[in-house]
Order: sequence, then structure tokens, then C-alpha cells
Amino acid sequence: MAVSAAEGIDIRPLNLAAMVREASITALVVFALAIGLVGFETLDVPGGVAIRTRFADVAVVMALAFVGRIALILLREHRPRPVLIVAPILTAIMLVLLLSETIFGSESGAALKRFMPFHDPVVLWGVVAVTVILAVRAAYAQTHVSSSLTLEERDARMDRIGAGVQRAARLLGPLLLGAAIVLPFMPFADRRVLDIGVLVLMYVMLGWGLNIVVGLAGLLDLGYVAFYAVGAYSFALLATQFDVSFWVALPFAGLMAGTAGVLLGFPVLRLRGDYLAIVTLGFGEMIRVILLNWYSFTGGPDGVSGIPRPSFFGLAEFSRSVPDGTAFHEMFGLEYASIHRIIFLFYLILAMALVVNVFTMRIRKLPIGRAWEALREDETACRSLGINPRNTKLTAFGIGAMFAGFAGSFFATRQGFISPESFTFIESAVILAIVVLGGFGSQIGVVIAAVVLIGLPEFFRDLQQYRMLAFGMAMVLIMLWRPAGLLAHREPTLRLFGRDKKPETNS
Amino acid sequence: MSAADSFAAPVAEVPGGGQTLLTVEHLTMRFGGLVAIDDVSFLGADGRITAIIGPNGAGKTTLFNCLTGFYKPTVGRLTLHHPEGEFLLERLEGYRTAQKASVARTFQNIRLFPRMTVLENLIVAQHNKLMRASGFTAAGLFGLKVYRDAEAKAVDLARYWLDHTKLTEKADVEAGNLPYGDQRRLEIARAMCTEPVLLCLDEPAAGLNPRESHDLNDLLRYIRNEHKIGILLIEHDMSVVMEISDHIIVLDYGRKISDGTPKAVRNDPAVIRAYLGQEEHEELPPEIMAGADNAGRSPDDA
Ligand SMILES: Nc1ncnc2c1ncn2[C@@H]1O[C@H](COP(=O)(O)OP(=O)(O)OP(=O)(O)O)[C@@H](O)[C@H]1O
Ligand SMILES: [Mg+2]
Repeated sequence: MAVSAAEGIDIRPLNLAAMVREASITALVVFALAIGLVGFETLDVPGGVAIRTRFADVAVVMALAFVGRIALILLREHRPRPVLIVAPILTAIMLVLLLSETIFGSESGAALKRFMPFHDPVVLWGVVAVTVILAVRAAYAQTHVSSSLTLEERDARMDRIGAGVQRAARLLGPLLLGAAIVLPFMPFADRRVLDIGVLVLMYVMLGWGLNIVVGLAGLLDLGYVAFYAVGAYSFALLATQFDVSFWVALPFAGLMAGTAGVLLGFPVLRLRGDYLAIVTLGFGEMIRVILLNWYSFTGGPDGVSGIPRPSFFGLAEFSRSVPDGTAFHEMFGLEYASIHRIIFLFYLILAMALVVNVFTMRIRKLPIGRAWEALREDETACRSLGINPRNTKLTAFGIGAMFAGFAGSFFATRQGFISPESFTFIESAVILAIVVLGGFGSQIGVVIAAVVLIGLPEFFRDLQQYRMLAFGMAMVLIMLWRPAGLLAHREPTLRLFGRDKKPETNS
Repeated sequence: MSAADSFAAPVAEVPGGGQTLLTVEHLTMRFGGLVAIDDVSFLGADGRITAIIGPNGAGKTTLFNCLTGFYKPTVGRLTLHHPEGEFLLERLEGYRTAQKASVARTFQNIRLFPRMTVLENLIVAQHNKLMRASGFTAAGLFGLKVYRDAEAKAVDLARYWLDHTKLTEKADVEAGNLPYGDQRRLEIARAMCTEPVLLCLDEPAAGLNPRESHDLNDLLRYIRNEHKIGILLIEHDMSVVMEISDHIIVLDYGRKISDGTPKAVRNDPAVIRAYLGQEEHEELPPEIMAGADNAGRSPDDA
């Protein structure tokens, strides 16, 4: 929506003093943050810990913040040209520094490296990313004299993107599914790739499960991991104490988690919004603390170990030799390979996640699903229509919890060992982040978000330590930019006139 | 107040005619020290429009909230003479009033499901019926024919009310994106989709332009004449009230000050006093002004 330059935009004369003041304040804020975080580094030295100061780095950070702020002001004041010139130059310098060893050979490269403001490549890449973004924005501003969009316009535009993605999802979904099905047979699918695949699918399943509670029913549940834990422990204890097999324990664990969901839901569902979030957060922690302290039952911090691996539908085991039974590779006349089990786990979690997905898609179009959404929209109106709000919310809570329980069982059998450490609040936050980032109620959004938030950090292990930082940043951006989630777009559950059709003009 | 005894009888004489559908006896609602409704009794009839009028803060919405289970009355008995038996509304809490006793309502500040489509709003209104048809979700999950038929029927009913509220064209639009007047009508359509025996409308004409207001009158008359249900109507616009209601109840400071046919209420000195005393002259309709002259001269106004 490019508006002609003349109208609507006032190009004020630049106030240099104000610019410098604003940028200085930014630099000062950065100083306050950086002096502690960057300025001092603790080192392990023989006999204790030493502190090394890195004040030069702090100065560089401040300078960058100053320059960056100036660039932002220039963009804001519709003067993109200087930014357009300086930002690419900075990018180039950073890139040269980063890749110096590859470009100039190791010797002179290493010499150059001494000029690098930071020795941490991640920070350098971060700076590169920022300069690139600034350059792109400047280029955009230069070509389109853009009117800044109002929140609604941006929202409408994002909704159209969301709608587009969802329309594409009808094609993309089967395609992704096909890709997932053939993945284990790809030449590059080694153990690591499959493990990451399993992990991503677990979070996809959890995301889809939580999406029922948060996306459809609008109940902000910050303690979702509690039900995951209940499922995992139910499964683990059943399997280790009572020798119940995976295929029997799985539904039972789901049931236990679902029951826990209903029981915990009962007292808290009168609360709304923030209050519900806080109380569910508390409940989530309570469950973890109980698991941690009920030593005789759960093993406390020692956890439960020796959880049996799943069998091939109770027919065969995934081991090299099975004393009393069949081994999977013998059953199919294959060479024994430890990856068989991982492939099986991969398909298992794929199937479980798909069940959640199909269930959600279907139930959304049933009265209960519509009632969930209606409750999210207006509980008072629901009551005036004779909808029982408590039971309706409890079903959402219970079903969401049940799916978490299934996922928990899978987690237990995959790990072979569980302890309360796996069920901290961070897990709830990650799952919620997947739902929020993907977009409330958007099934494909959850997949994309899970890949981005779980898969990518796994692949790039170096970045792992920055994961939480990136999470936080992504969340803040989403909340500022599009609170409903990136790909949130609601498709009606039924239409009077088919999709994209104009109503016929009769009656 | 002579009718007080007759409430005991099942078939009482309702001003404006019709079979008694609703009996309100000695309804009192207190909020702490504030008496929002003070010992109000009246009858509402089947197949009739009963208007409830009164100045701002008279307790009209509170009366609706008591009737529809949103508030529990401090004192009083609210009996609904439903074809399937009598319901004591004061004992039904919350959603059960709509679910069991088939009392539907609209809200003074429109309460739709804004991000659901118009059609979905009307389908949600048929929730309980569809829940049963879907075997509490089991039959629905497997897409059984029973459920699919029930859903098709629900869509038919929705379509019927869409046609009668002139919203058919907008069936697939998000309710929140409708213009104000359409939202008001949609709320009525949604209430009607619950197939109520008593429909409570809280200021349905508020904010409508004269044309829309006229259409609304037609719609309400249609509902009364064709569906023979009782309608309770809170309305400030006296032209609407006088034109379409069969029976008017006037509240002031929580007390009932008049009860009768439009003609009787128009000439009731108590009503005139309440409205004149209020000094809100824009609220004073010409009908009542006209009546005031006559009433001033009537002998029983000593
Ligand atoms: N939940 C409540 N708590 C306390 N006081 C209330 C409550 N609901 C209503 N009231 C009070 O009861 C009185 C009657 O309010 P009500 O909303 O019924 O008036 P109304 O006749 O509908 O007025 P209006 O024409 O403005 O809609 C008011 O004084 C109001 O402040
Ligand atoms: Mg009111």
C-alpha cells in the first residue's frame, strides 16, 4: 500500500541534538546492561575463579547501539539513504572479519581476527543480521515511500498470510506427511536426524494438544507439562512396577493424565485469563514438587529408570537377541540394526501426533468444539444459550491433558529413564511458545513453530545456549506485532455458501 | 394491586390477553444496601409482547438477569408455565434456565461470538440439541449419519432465521465484522435458534436507525404471531413500545408503578409523574405527553 510521497508524510528537518541525545540514552541503557553481562567474565583458573574485564567489548557494544539507534531514527524520519550506504558497508566488514580465515588463509586471517570486536561468532552473526535488516528496511523505504501501517491493517495483512498458509496447508500437509513417512529411508537419515525428528514430533504433538486448551477453548494453561509428567510417570510406574506392556500402559497413562486434568481443572476453571494462567502455573509446579518429594512412590530426584522400550505391537522386540520371544529383525529377516528401534519410535510418534491432529480437526467441527470456541469468545453469551461452561471447559482441559499423557508415555519409553527434572516450567513455556508462535488454533503453524523452535536449535548445537534468548525475543516481538500468533487464521467450521463462493441471490 | 390474589390461580387474567406463561411474585433483588428490584409481581403471557419500561437504573436489566439465571433473586418466585411443566426459574442457576426452561435472551451490550461466523453463531445456539445428536461427541467423531442429519437440520433452522433477519447474504461473515444493526438482529436470531418459549430482549432497538427500528418491529410481530412465544421487551423508545406491545409494565426505582395495556399505562398518572419527575424530556414520548393532559383532570388523581 504505497502512498505517494507528497501527502500523508511529513518530512521534518532533522534535529541533530535530539538525535544524539536519543542515541546516547540508548547507548547508556546498553551500557547498564552490558557492563554486567559483557564487561566481566569469570574464568576458571587453578585454585579458584578469576575475573577478566572486557571493557573494550562494552565500548564496542555501546558504539554499535549508538550507531544502530541513529540508523533507526533516520529510518523513522524518512531519510533512508545514509542507512542504505552505511549498513551494507558494516555488514561487509563484519563478514570479512568473520570469514577472514577462509578468505585470506589461516595466517593473515588470524591476524585480522585480532581486530574483531567480539570473538564469539554468534554475536558477530547477530550484528550481521541486524545490519542486514537495517539495510533491507532502508532499501524498502527508499523504493516504497511507505506509509506506516496501522495495527489493524497489519493484522489484516497477516491474517491474509495466515489464510494463505492454511490454504497451502491442505497441499502442504499431505506433502509434509509424505516427507515424514519417507524420511527414515533417506540416505541422510542417520540416527541424529531421526532423533531430532522424533523430538520435533513430540513437541508437535504436545503443541497440538495444548492448542485444544489454549487455541480453541482459550484457557491459558501454563502448567501443561504437569499432565505430560503424569502420563510419563503413570506409564513408567506401571511398566516397571507391574510389568504392564507399552500398549496396555499407553491408554492407561492417557486416562490418568486426563483424569488429572479434570481434577485440577475443576477448582480453577472459574478463573479467567491471567488468574487461570497463574494458578495453572502453580499446579504445574506442584505436580513436579510432589514427584520430587514422594520418594517412596516416584523415586524422587532419582527418577524412574529401566523403563521398558516399546515392542513391535507386542509381537517382537527390538533387541539383538530375545531369550523368550521374537526379535524384530528375525521376524522380518533383516540384519540387526539398532536404528530399527528409532525408526519405529519415529513412526510411532508420527502416528500419535497424527491422531491428535485428526481428532482436533474433527472435533472443531462438532458441537463441543464449537462450544469451546464460543466459550473463548464470550462465556456469558454461552450461558444464555444453555451451554454448560464448566463441563465444556473441563472436556477441553481433560482432552488436552490426555494427549499430554500420551506424549508423556512416549517420552518415558523413549528415554528409558525419567526424573522430575524433565518436567520443569520451561517445558510448559516451550510448548506454549510453539502454540503462540504458530498461531492460536493453527495446526500447520504448530508444526512450523516446532521445527523452528526445537529442530533448528538441535541441528545447530552451537546456538543452543542462545535458545532461550531467541525464545524471549521472539515472544516479545510476537506480542508487539501480532498477539494472536504468527499464522493465526480461523477457518469457519462450516459455511452456508461454499468456500470462495458468493452467495446466490435468491430468497 | 388488586390482582395480587389472582397469582395463585393458574389461569390468571393477563392485561393484554393471552395464556399466562410467566408468573413473577414478590421479586426482590438486593445488592448490599441497594434494592434494585423491590417486591415486583406481574404476569407475562404466551404469544404476547410484554414491554418493560422505566427510567435508567429502574432495574429492568436486573429483572432479566433474575429471570435468565444470571442473578439469584434475594426473594421471590418466578414460575415459567412451560408446555412440559412448570419451572421455578429462581431455582435454576445459570445456563440451566436456557437449557431446561427454554428461556432465551439478548444483552443490552451486544454479546456475540465475534470471531465466529454468523452461521456458526446460530449453530452454537443449538448446542444442546446437537450435543445429544452427536452422542456427546462419539457419534460425531465417526461422522455417523444421525449426527450429519441433525447438523443439516440445524443449518436449516439457522437458515430460516437468517432469512427472517435479512442476514442470509452475510452467513459466512465473521459476526464481529457486521454493522451494528445487523449484530442486533443476529443476536435475536441466535436467541430464536435455541427455540425458546420465552424470549427476553434487552433494548433491541438501541442504536438502530428508524428504518432498522421499523424492520425490528416487523420481526418481533412476526415472532409473536407465527411462533406464539412470549416476548419480554425492555425498550426506551416509546414509539416502538406503544406500537408493538400488548402489555406494559413500568418500573421506577425497582418498584412496579404501573401494569396494564398500552392504553391504560399511557394514561396512568403514576407513569406520567415518574417520567415528568425525571426531567429527561427527550425520553418523554408524545403518547405519554398527550395522556398527561387527560390524566391531570381525572378525578381519582386527588
Ligand atoms: N451486579 C450488580 N451489583 C450492584 N448493583 C447492581 C448490579 N446490577 C445492577 N445494579 C444496580 O441496580 C440498579 C438497576 O440497574 P439495571 O441495570 O437493572 O437498570 P436498567 O433499568 O436496566 O437501566 P438502563 O435503562 O440504564 O439499562 C442500578 O442502580 C445498578 O447500579
Ligand atoms: Mg438495562
